[in-house]
Amino acid sequence: MTDITASGAKADSAGKPSINLAKVLGPIHVWALGVGIVLVGEFMGWNLSIEKGGALGSIIACWIVGLLYTCVAMIDSEVTSTVAAAGGQYTQAKHTTGPLMAFNVGLYLVLAYTMLEAADIFVFGDLVRIAAENLGAEPGSVDARPFVLLAVSVLAWLNYRGVFMALSVNFLITAVAFASIVILFVAYQFGIGTGQDLQHQELGMGSLPYGWMGVLAAFQFAIWYYLGIEGTCQAAEEVRSCGRSLPLGTMTGMITLLIAAALTWYVCSGVMPWEYLGLTLAPLYDASLMTGNTVLIVLLWTGTVFSALASANGCINDAARAWFSMGRDRYLPQFFAAVHPKYRTPYRAILFLIPIAASFGFLQLLGPVITFSILSGLLGYTFMPINMFRFRSKWPLDTIKRGYIHPFHPLPSIVLITLCAATYVAVYLGFGTQLLAMMVFYVVASVWFVLFRYKFVRRGDQFTMAWPRPRGY
Amino acid sequence: MLDFLQFRGPWDVVQLAAWVVSIALLLWMLWDAIRVSKQYSEDVLTSSQEGVDELALQQDAHKKS
Repeated sequence: MTDITASGAKADSAGKPSINLAKVLGPIHVWALGVGIVLVGEFMGWNLSIEKGGALGSIIACWIVGLLYTCVAMIDSEVTSTVAAAGGQYTQAKHTTGPLMAFNVGLYLVLAYTMLEAADIFVFGDLVRIAAENLGAEPGSVDARPFVLLAVSVLAWLNYRGVFMALSVNFLITAVAFASIVILFVAYQFGIGTGQDLQHQELGMGSLPYGWMGVLAAFQFAIWYYLGIEGTCQAAEEVRSCGRSLPLGTMTGMITLLIAAALTWYVCSGVMPWEYLGLTLAPLYDASLMTGNTVLIVLLWTGTVFSALASANGCINDAARAWFSMGRDRYLPQFFAAVHPKYRTPYRAILFLIPIAASFGFLQLLGPVITFSILSGLLGYTFMPINMFRFRSKWPLDTIKRGYIHPFHPLPSIVLITLCAATYVAVYLGFGTQLLAMMVFYVVASVWFVLFRYKFVRRGDQFTMAWPRPRGY
Repeated sequence: MLDFLQFRGPWDVVQLAAWVVSIALLLWMLWDAIRVSKQYSEDVLTSSQEGVDELALQQDAHKKS
């Protein structure tokens, strides 16, 4: 065995050697993680909300679901600025609620990110295949699978080698993808190289074809505009100044997404009829094709590819942190809690999740995979108001120092739980069977945890924050 | 049966390169993970502690010195 003092290991306060995750990240990495995971939803997916509620219904759902996510970002920022540990909402749950809730929240996180990652790498492979055919390859002759595997292996390798490089790359490609949306908007708004004007009124923007029920049904797809911003919490153990960087990165990320969502909707609904927009695969890329401008077309294709890669990269990072944290607390085998002594990453968790994401990416079942991800995310959001109420009642403001205090408590929690309930109704309208099947899955997983896994959990060890005894205990 | 060995154009080369690079990276990570597991004990590899702020500890040590 190697002398650990010669490697990245350091002694803790008790003199016992330990290898911890590297604290190397800043606010831009937090922004890149949050926005990177989400931005692919602007390039594809959000437009299905137009099929449900029309163009006007989609923008109404966009803003209402934006309110849901603003509440998520505010709550997350306050709790995570205090709980500076990997695992995000899982770690919050074990401190504020209890082991069974924590196990479920951890599972929501791992499945939401792994399924989203599978969808992202599938999209990447398909985009490369489409580009190959556009460049002259015989239709049907190019296989997407090698590119699916290439995406997941390169991104996993980046994550394996270190979080700083992985999220620096994410910052770069996310910034390019965001810039492509802004450039397309400027081009259309000022008629630069587009050859046509935006025509919202002529394309029937001002009506609700399916009424307010259509707006409600649009909620489930308006989630695509923002799904994953809560992933910023997973970086808590690796940011240099958690109390400052986490809220700053999360809030600026949320503002970026609101801007990107509004610009995306504005451009797309101004150039395509809503009946077509609700069915197309990549609406922003289609909007660039309509200009006939090669520069804009290449830019938007690049933005679409980069957004898919950035999302997969962030998902690998987040799913591995959640899996690693559950292993560290023995909710899963402790084998997964290993940290690489040189790269300071949860390398076994990263490796373990690769075949799962790759196999779902190979299956090419985009619809069921993304639905599972969205529903898992929604269950996680439902936990957050409960988390916030318990956090504020057990540790009121004057008992522990917070890096950020969200205003108007308990209003954001009440708004969040109300909007979650409305979104469940919307999801039930579209994916009732999947919703019920997923609930059964989590109930079975909970029974397994209680009967076979809970005995390994060391309850006393998992309360790691240097907080006073909670009020009422 | 061996159709996949036939060269149909430059995209065949690109696809083959994608398979090769992917498998090479995956094998390298697997090899490195096994190597690290042999080189270090499980106690050391799984010794990370939640909520430990190395920077704060360093700053405290610096202030004391």
